[in-house]
Amino acid sequence: MVALGGASPLEAYRHILAGSLGSWAKITQVLRVWVPLTLCSLGLLYTFQIGLWNIGVEGQVVLGAVGATALVRWGLGAPPHWVIPAALVGAVLCGGLWALAAGVLKTHAGVNEIFAGLGLNFVATGLLLWLIFGPWKQPGIASMSGTETFPQSYWFPTAGGWAVSPEAVVAVSALLGMVAWSLRATRLGLALKAIGRNDQAAFLLGLSPPRWMLLAMMLAGGLAGLAGAYQVLAVYHRLIPNISSQYGYLALLVVMLAGFRWQGIPFIAFFFAALNVGSIQLPMMLRMDSSLAGVIQGSLVLAALAVQGMAWRRRTAS
Amino acid sequence: MSEWLLSLFVASLLAGAAPLILASMGETLTEKAGLINLSLDGAILLSAMTGFAAAVETQSLLVGFAAGAVTGAATAAVVALMSLYLGQSQVAVGFVLTLTTKDLAYFLGNSYARIPGPQAPVCAVPGLEALPWLGPALFRHTLVTYGAMAAIALTWFFLYRSRAGLVLRAVGENPQAAFARGIDARSVQFFYAVVGGLLVGLAGAAFSLSVKPGWGRPQGAEGMGWIALALVIFGGWHPLKVAVGAYLFAVLQMLGITFQGMWPSIPSQVFQTAPFPLMIFALVLMHVSQRPQVERWAADRPWAQRVLRFVRARAPRALGRPVLDR
Repeated sequence: MVALGGASPLEAYRHILAGSLGSWAKITQVLRVWVPLTLCSLGLLYTFQIGLWNIGVEGQVVLGAVGATALVRWGLGAPPHWVIPAALVGAVLCGGLWALAAGVLKTHAGVNEIFAGLGLNFVATGLLLWLIFGPWKQPGIASMSGTETFPQSYWFPTAGGWAVSPEAVVAVSALLGMVAWSLRATRLGLALKAIGRNDQAAFLLGLSPPRWMLLAMMLAGGLAGLAGAYQVLAVYHRLIPNISSQYGYLALLVVMLAGFRWQGIPFIAFFFAALNVGSIQLPMMLRMDSSLAGVIQGSLVLAALAVQGMAWRRRTAS
Repeated sequence: MSEWLLSLFVASLLAGAAPLILASMGETLTEKAGLINLSLDGAILLSAMTGFAAAVETQSLLVGFAAGAVTGAATAAVVALMSLYLGQSQVAVGFVLTLTTKDLAYFLGNSYARIPGPQAPVCAVPGLEALPWLGPALFRHTLVTYGAMAAIALTWFFLYRSRAGLVLRAVGENPQAAFARGIDARSVQFFYAVVGGLLVGLAGAAFSLSVKPGWGRPQGAEGMGWIALALVIFGGWHPLKVAVGAYLFAVLQMLGITFQGMWPSIPSQVFQTAPFPLMIFALVLMHVSQRPQVERWAADRPWAQRVLRFVRARAPRALGRPVLDR
């Protein structure tokens, strides 16, 4: 594949490796991608568990970013130790409500969640661009470079020289544990699983599938919103047109490759993040397009699906 | 003057909508047979790239369009193979493919970016093109535009007036019953996934060789696959309504350019998102129109019944549920 692109494959992989794990600074850059990617993937565990395809996670990230930006803009002048937590909560609410919209369309209006989510993704993008070029434009000119950068005191704190704040990594790891625990050992996890396996049987047992679906959507949306807030507060410090960096879509691939279980998510998310960060310098070093990362990620998931398919075929044949 | 403007408007409308028509007709065929090909957005880009690259290398438009069509068909074949014969979720496979083929297109097409290439020529229909304003509006187009218009009629005729079309619809509605009648439902679905993919591939080549000529990142066809998917639903899986939707979208796009003149601060992408709320609205409307209360309410209101009959559309019953055992 890489050879088709006109360069030696080994060379390309060497550059990706060096560009992602070559130094401590690079590793913190990878972690900076890992944080939002893992957050989105964790949320998707809830929706996949109940059998929903929450393709709208991309829009939920955007809404989280919009919510966080709105609160920071509104709270400028107030002490940052109030504003930043408020922005995080606002982002969770915005993402959760956006997911709830897709969920209600599914449960009460008969709209398939894939098309509802996809539609809302595009609406979210429209809203984002309108805000950047309209009400929230930089004084003087509106441009693709986004809104005005926040004052530094409203940035998410980072340790010296690091691209990522250690607190965020710790917090996401804790969330990983909580999500795993909630899916494994609580009523929530059991209900989601029961409905996902067989919603009619679950209904007869007294569970209300629509209500649990909405809850799962809101949990997924809330976590995606948190990822959006992270992108705004810790990475870009402003709202930009590509604020989601397509992490929502990428997270769907992460969860699929992880077999819809939590165990693999942190490692696959780290690997995908490393590919993303490492491929940034490909255009400069080898005159290749950085989309190579996406090609590798997608091919891996396709290969995993094919392997599962072969196993499925053997099972049904015997 | 205004007459000239109107005929120009119609002409650019027909030309601009052509790739969308091709892609949405292809997806209509595939979905009518019961399979969802979610890979459209990436498949269109990849076939735009291969179509352009092949046309540049061979300096032949024919080869370019053929390469595009083959690319689209191959992508659709992967979706069909993985879902029908390997038991994987068609949504999952389609979604992964849409992301992967898009990146693949950018990656492989890197060396063809921003270079000049061949472009489909305008073929005026002799005699008819001289008509007062119909001539420039309808009869001075590329073969792509004529082909798209023909595709609408052919898809409709095929689905509703031919025996093979009946088989296709039977498989999409009830594969088990079709199987009981001696139809190999799985092969039928596979076949129409590939045929639909061919049309999607042609749509991609139509972008890079005619409507938005050339290759680059971005190419300009980004998002069009999702719009085609939305249009199939918006049109209630009926080729004529789908085509109306596609032309409406083209009008919307052109109005977007006008609107942008009025509010220069709003980027054109905002207007491009308009079909999606409309799609959701159409789906909600379809759902509501099937409620018994609504039917009772409309029973003694002839106009309401007519509206309902138009709105009421239903997805093929077996859509998204693959035929795994034959």
